[in-house]
Amino acid sequence: MTGPSLMDSLFQRTLEDLIKGLRLHLVHESTFISKSLDEIRREVRSPDLDTKAAAVQKVTYLRSLHGVDDSFAAFPAVELAASPRFRHKQIAYLAASVSFHSATAVLLLLTNQLRKDLNSSNEFEVSLALQCLSVVCNLDLARDLTPEIFTLLSSSKQLIRKKAIATILRVFGEYPDAVRVCFKRLVENVESSDPQTVSAVVSVFCELASREPNSYLPLAPEFYRVLVDSRNNWVLIKVLKIFANLAPLEPRLAKRIIEPIGEHMRRTGAKSLMFECIRTIVTSLSDYDSAVRLAVAKVQEFLVDDDPNLKYLGLQALSIVVPKHSWAVVENKEFVIKSLSDTDPNIKLEALRLVMAMVSEDDLSEICRVLLNYALKSDPEFCNEILGSVLATCSRNVYEIIIDFDWYVSVLGEMTRIPHCQKGEEIESQLIDIGMRVKDVRPELVHVGRDLLIDPALLGNPFLHRVLSAAAWVSGEYVKFSKNPIELMEALLQPRTGLLPSSIRAVYIQSAFKVLTFCLHSYLFAKEAVASSSSCAYDLESGASDSIPEKGCPEGSNLATSEALASSEQNEDFNRSFLCQSVEDNCTENDGDTLVAPGPSSSSASLNKLQFTRGSIINLLDLIKTALGPLAGSHEVEVQERAWNVLGLIKLVEQEIQDTPMQNEGKFVMEELKASEIMKLMHDAFFGELGPVSKSAQERVPIPDGLMLKENLNDLETVCGDVQLPSTCSFSLGKPHFEESSGSLFDFQKKEELEPSSESTSMLAEHRKRHGLYYLPSEIKETTSSDYPPANESKLAISVSVSDDVDYLVKLTEQSLVPKKKSNQTKPRPIVVKLDERDGVRIAANKPESKNDLISGAVREVLLGNEGIPTSSQGKHFDKLSSKTRGKEKIAIVQPLGSTGLLANAGNSELANSSPRRSKHVSHGKEKKPRSPRNNAEGCEERSYRDKKKGDHRHVKNKARQSADGGVNVVAQTPVIPDFLL
Amino acid sequence: MIQGVVVMNDQGKPRLVKFYDYQPVERQQELIRSIYGVLCNRAENVSNFIRADSIFGPDTRLVYKTYATLYFVFIFDSSENELAMLDLMQVFVETLDKCFSNVCEVDIVFNFNKVHTILDEIVLGGQVLETSSSEVMKAVEEISKLEKASNSISLVPKSIPGWQTR
Repeated sequence: MTGPSLMDSLFQRTLEDLIKGLRLHLVHESTFISKSLDEIRREVRSPDLDTKAAAVQKVTYLRSLHGVDDSFAAFPAVELAASPRFRHKQIAYLAASVSFHSATAVLLLLTNQLRKDLNSSNEFEVSLALQCLSVVCNLDLARDLTPEIFTLLSSSKQLIRKKAIATILRVFGEYPDAVRVCFKRLVENVESSDPQTVSAVVSVFCELASREPNSYLPLAPEFYRVLVDSRNNWVLIKVLKIFANLAPLEPRLAKRIIEPIGEHMRRTGAKSLMFECIRTIVTSLSDYDSAVRLAVAKVQEFLVDDDPNLKYLGLQALSIVVPKHSWAVVENKEFVIKSLSDTDPNIKLEALRLVMAMVSEDDLSEICRVLLNYALKSDPEFCNEILGSVLATCSRNVYEIIIDFDWYVSVLGEMTRIPHCQKGEEIESQLIDIGMRVKDVRPELVHVGRDLLIDPALLGNPFLHRVLSAAAWVSGEYVKFSKNPIELMEALLQPRTGLLPSSIRAVYIQSAFKVLTFCLHSYLFAKEAVASSSSCAYDLESGASDSIPEKGCPEGSNLATSEALASSEQNEDFNRSFLCQSVEDNCTENDGDTLVAPGPSSSSASLNKLQFTRGSIINLLDLIKTALGPLAGSHEVEVQERAWNVLGLIKLVEQEIQDTPMQNEGKFVMEELKASEIMKLMHDAFFGELGPVSKSAQERVPIPDGLMLKENLNDLETVCGDVQLPSTCSFSLGKPHFEESSGSLFDFQKKEELEPSSESTSMLAEHRKRHGLYYLPSEIKETTSSDYPPANESKLAISVSVSDDVDYLVKLTEQSLVPKKKSNQTKPRPIVVKLDERDGVRIAANKPESKNDLISGAVREVLLGNEGIPTSSQGKHFDKLSSKTRGKEKIAIVQPLGSTGLLANAGNSELANSSPRRSKHVSHGKEKKPRSPRNNAEGCEERSYRDKKKGDHRHVKNKARQSADGGVNVVAQTPVIPDFLL
Repeated sequence: MIQGVVVMNDQGKPRLVKFYDYQPVERQQELIRSIYGVLCNRAENVSNFIRADSIFGPDTRLVYKTYATLYFVFIFDSSENELAMLDLMQVFVETLDKCFSNVCEVDIVFNFNKVHTILDEIVLGGQVLETSSSEVMKAVEEISKLEKASNSISLVPKSIPGWQTR
């Protein structure tokens, strides 16, 4: 790169040339830009300011509109800002405001130039500096330039004053201590005669109050005056926004502002102001019926307007008001429902939200029916909005609105078949969630799941894979409710499952595993039952006792009982074994049927279960082997492993099932025993109850005595090395009995943690620490099926007939929205398992931003806390203020606490909270001291003195009022509002 | 507050971009693209407001209006009134119209600085400053006088016609 020459500056391209060039080089734009950038890089180093200015201007243009990195031009821009020419300054400050950010290094170099320009006599230079500052301001700039801004806040030139006011918001944000200096002067501007100034200052307060309204309550009288007196719509809108934030904090204030707001509503022709009035009423004054009525009447005017913007906003206002005043929507229901088919997406969405806000348990099913029909005929985006809101509404508060779960489950199935449906994930989780929570719905769930699984079309739609995964899981888990497990198995193993992502295939295979287990188990044990029913009563009973706890087992199998059962069963098997031959004979007769064939003895009362013939079982095994055989070599570990699991099980049992008729009796008995036992164990493992577990379950496990969870355990590693045993001192107070402890740990898990001994606790703690695992009490036995991986996405279409139309829905909601007596429910609502109050509720911890905190702390100090400061200190110079008043403020902090009851009232906790903050401010103040400007303090001293006197005067009045009010105001933290307003 | 003002043409080319919080270059380009993505899918004669939570964070919305080949877009949050923003946009366009007498896209393309000057008189740091287009015009005219005064000192011609096509 060569240095800038005279030629460069003579033949430099201007911005206009550059733009023309860009328009000519549309095709090779990027090469043109990089060529230009090379030129610019050279030009910005030119000593000639004109050349530099043109270069900076060009690079700013490229940065702003073509996304070019212009950091190299930062310093030249700063140089340019120092130029005496206005044009150069303009270019420089524009460049700075486009590309500088709070961490730009050269920003520091700009400080002096900004100060100079803020003090300039040319108002446009001042406004250039303000414009730049309002974008690039950082802590250093804010701190160093606060005095200048302070001066400008009372500039005699309106143009400057309003710009300074708008800038101050940014300054406060970066440097909360500026509040102490500037706040009073800012407040004084509320009373300005210039509407633009008032507008600017009210905007600033609107921003501040929206972040932390409490601190601004004491200013309510000033705002109230503006609300009553002003006729400027911009000002009124902002003031209304402030009151919307303040009114909820102070009921007396709300009462007071209703009248003027109503006045504005009757008077104004401006829709914007009207809408703001409506919004203020529906958000913050919804307790005042007459006001709400007026607002809703005005909303109706919006709704019938032709302008879609007004319609949209009207609906929005309705949706704000609906939780408290549902009549407002009922009055407009016809319009709302017609809006569902509006062309405007905004309007449709708002209408949908309103419709969903109106549903009750009585009309849920009808509304859902109609909405699904809308979903069928609308565009994909809105279709999914509808589905999403139906899903969200129905699942709200653990499905509190749903009474008929069978219906809901079938609706879920139906949603899946809507062509544009992309809500697979949500439907998936609801299907499983309902399955676990609502026991009564499981048969229907399995039925819906089966319908989904056997539908080959669904497999092609990646959006629905998650639903299929849920359907597969449900079918496997609750296969005992299936009417036809073999059909289910065929669906799970159909060749088109190859279209599924491997993670979901794994779920399919696992479900097939469960179905197989179920089939084999029923086959083997049904035979016994059959045998027993045909022979002796004793065996019948035992068969029944076998099947009931597992198949209908409500509480989840518990290891101890099943072991007991298993052992008793072994004894019985001996008794039964000699009968088995005849059973086999029985079954072979039915070999012809491949599908479910009710066995000859299925009438046997104890077993309402399906009967499998030997042939059907063998076919089933063959089917599985053919389908899963190839997968045993799959590259996907999940698929491969699960396939092997199934194949392994088949290998174990297949031989004997195939061979039984041909075997001699003795051998058969042996095999039979083995297979039954295997199947029994598998069955027990799979068909225990899988219930939902509360998120907070772990927290509710009582922490045993002597378990110190918060202890730092780092030293343990040195004590026990890598091997095992925890050192007793850090875990338990009891004596260590390590030989026993392994046994007690086992008990611990088995016995649902009744009395955890100190040893077991220590073992458990050790285990937890090692593996980062936390065991829950035995609610969950099985975790195999909980992994539902994400699906990919695309679309598919199924044609479904569309019948209903708007009128139907209008009529329907007309009926349903009229408050009516609860219709007699044909079905009682099934039990929905809820874990605790907190199920589904999220605690939103919203901590306010620390900066906001600081601002409001400072504001409060200015508005309330300053009373303690003796008047004499008020007229001091700034630089002295920083040292002297700081000290006095410190006293002031203590004073109100002890002396005046009103402050103790107003902010007990506030003071407590903020004292550390204040001490921080004090240190800030000390830092600031050396930088404090001396020259300007002279100028503003007089003015500030006057201001402060005035301010003081008011504050004395305030104080008097506040102490009068003190007794009424019981609520801590609510700053006191002067009486004359209320 | 107002978070940004964007003017772009119906091809998605930005003509004026102003964000009142610093945006890194890439982010800014991305924002412009996503705004265009939303706008070009809007039908005609529908409402002018769009929820922009996904683009600009919670509780932001944008209001847009089409003037000939240009989209004017204001991005703002809940402390602004939607209809007032539409009015403000009208003020901005009116001012441009007065300034360039029958403003068209090319005027905005070639008057980068001036358009910024106009906007800066209307909005500063995200706060609405002036809502009367004649007041804005007054200020802008003053500023152009200042510019000319400061430029007239320079004697060297800065552009040689025809050079750029070389």
